[in-house]
Amino acid sequence: MKGPKTLINAEDNWQTDMGALFNGERVVYRGKDLFDELSDTSWFKLIMYGITGREFSDAQIQLFEAIQVITVSYPEPRLWNNRVASLAGSARSTGILATSAAIACSEAKIFGNQANIVALDFIRRAKLAIKDDDDIADFVINDLKDKRAIGGYGRPLIDNDERIAPLLERAKNLELATGPHVQLAFRIDEFLSKSRYKLILNASGLSAALMADQDFNYREYYYATMLAFSAGIIPCHIDAINHKEGTFFPLTCHRLNYTGKDLRHW
Amino acid sequence: MTEKLKEKITTKIWFEDEEADNPFAAKTCYCSGYDVYGDLLGKISWPEYIYLLFKLEKPQPWQAKLLESIAIAIANPGPRDLSVRGAMNGGVGGSTAASCLMAALAPGAGKNGGAREVYQVMRLWQQCEFDLTLWKQKLSDYEDEQTVEVWPASEHSPGFDPYGASCSTPVMHTLNYLVSIYQDGALAFLLKNRQQLEDYADCPVGMTGVIAAAFTDLNFSDEQAEMLFLLLRLPGAAVHSLEQKKLGWRKYPFFGDGLTLTNDPGATSIKNSTENAP
Repeated sequence: MKGPKTLINAEDNWQTDMGALFNGERVVYRGKDLFDELSDTSWFKLIMYGITGREFSDAQIQLFEAIQVITVSYPEPRLWNNRVASLAGSARSTGILATSAAIACSEAKIFGNQANIVALDFIRRAKLAIKDDDDIADFVINDLKDKRAIGGYGRPLIDNDERIAPLLERAKNLELATGPHVQLAFRIDEFLSKSRYKLILNASGLSAALMADQDFNYREYYYATMLAFSAGIIPCHIDAINHKEGTFFPLTCHRLNYTGKDLRHW
Repeated sequence: MTEKLKEKITTKIWFEDEEADNPFAAKTCYCSGYDVYGDLLGKISWPEYIYLLFKLEKPQPWQAKLLESIAIAIANPGPRDLSVRGAMNGGVGGSTAASCLMAALAPGAGKNGGAREVYQVMRLWQQCEFDLTLWKQKLSDYEDEQTVEVWPASEHSPGFDPYGASCSTPVMHTLNYLVSIYQDGALAFLLKNRQQLEDYADCPVGMTGVIAAAFTDLNFSDEQAEMLFLLLRLPGAAVHSLEQKKLGWRKYPFFGDGLTLTNDPGATSIKNSTENAP
């Protein structure tokens, strides 16, 4: 057993290259002086630098922003995560509590951050495994059997994704749409959409491929997209605050479909 | 023209009759068939009600007692615990009450001493049951079930204290006491084989290991156990955050000399001055 040796060494001893505040003087951000070297950096560029330690071109940053603007910035209060902010607003809770909770709920399996990282992992593995088009069927079907879903493919209820065209258009304008992961994503779409599985490439899949072409691994992608929904979430809270309290889709007692035990006494 | 069918929430847990004058107000509320305000209130204990909510059945006396004992054992992990420290950070800064509890939930959810670790141990109980060979296999080389997930990778066998020198006294007291309530399951197996299991994991048993064994004996699912562990640890977070809020940030550690920046570029030419202010 190792015992507490590691903790003894760590007591009052945090070694870091991420940054620090020199109170009343300066701030260091991943090795750079925040006020001197980074003060004219855009907020999004700073976040990307904070996550990866890498600096990106303006075109790359515009692509990352476009992914977030086009794919998840929907001020639609019925979406699962946005609805949390609307409910909090209707309950007259604070905007930050609402937004934090809604962002936390964005770490979801059927959409959002859990789905995103699976999509990025899939396309990176596919790129390594698939040498030519003959390999696509084997790889994809094996993955589907193994994991029962393909990250970045399929959409519930409908058979198209309205976000693919505008995102692709934006990526083309930035000359960042033709990387090997994006090309492979569409070749897999060609196979899967015509197969008996009828799965189409969705926005999460295209976003993952675009980010994989910019050399993001799934961890970096996870951090890069964790605030993505906020542009849709915050207006939902404001909207609910601007309505009468408690009026966000109120439910009568009749709206419970009870399927449990009959009435009984303790 | 027929009225469009209204969408409903489907639930086995809760049923309500409405007040005669207001369809949005409940006259009676039933939890799994029991009238909460007309029958249960004043008649049942808090752990009995929690058990009912989760299992939809009345607990046996030993089950209620075991759940109550779990709740007491983990209600306050103490102010050095990562989750309670999160809550106190909210308190000293004057953050909202909910943010203090949210600040406890985030670290308290993790794989190092938190609810996700309890979930992992629940999974191990499902996979290994009472087979020491399987426990040896899993604990001596623990691997996460998912390689790509939002949770960081595990760094120790779940249920065990990675920095423990021996099984701590509160953990042993809890284990011994819980076994005295129920002697025929995971808790008793853990007590009987503790040293063997600790050898496999190369760490002493931790509180998450004991609590997961207790939840296993209560026949809770892995997800129910994860949720309850989050919930039942909040009282300590609440009171410690309130205490620090009152005491103020000057009396709370900042670790002023504790941080070493390993890539400091040094002071630059920009001076902290307002002489050029408009």
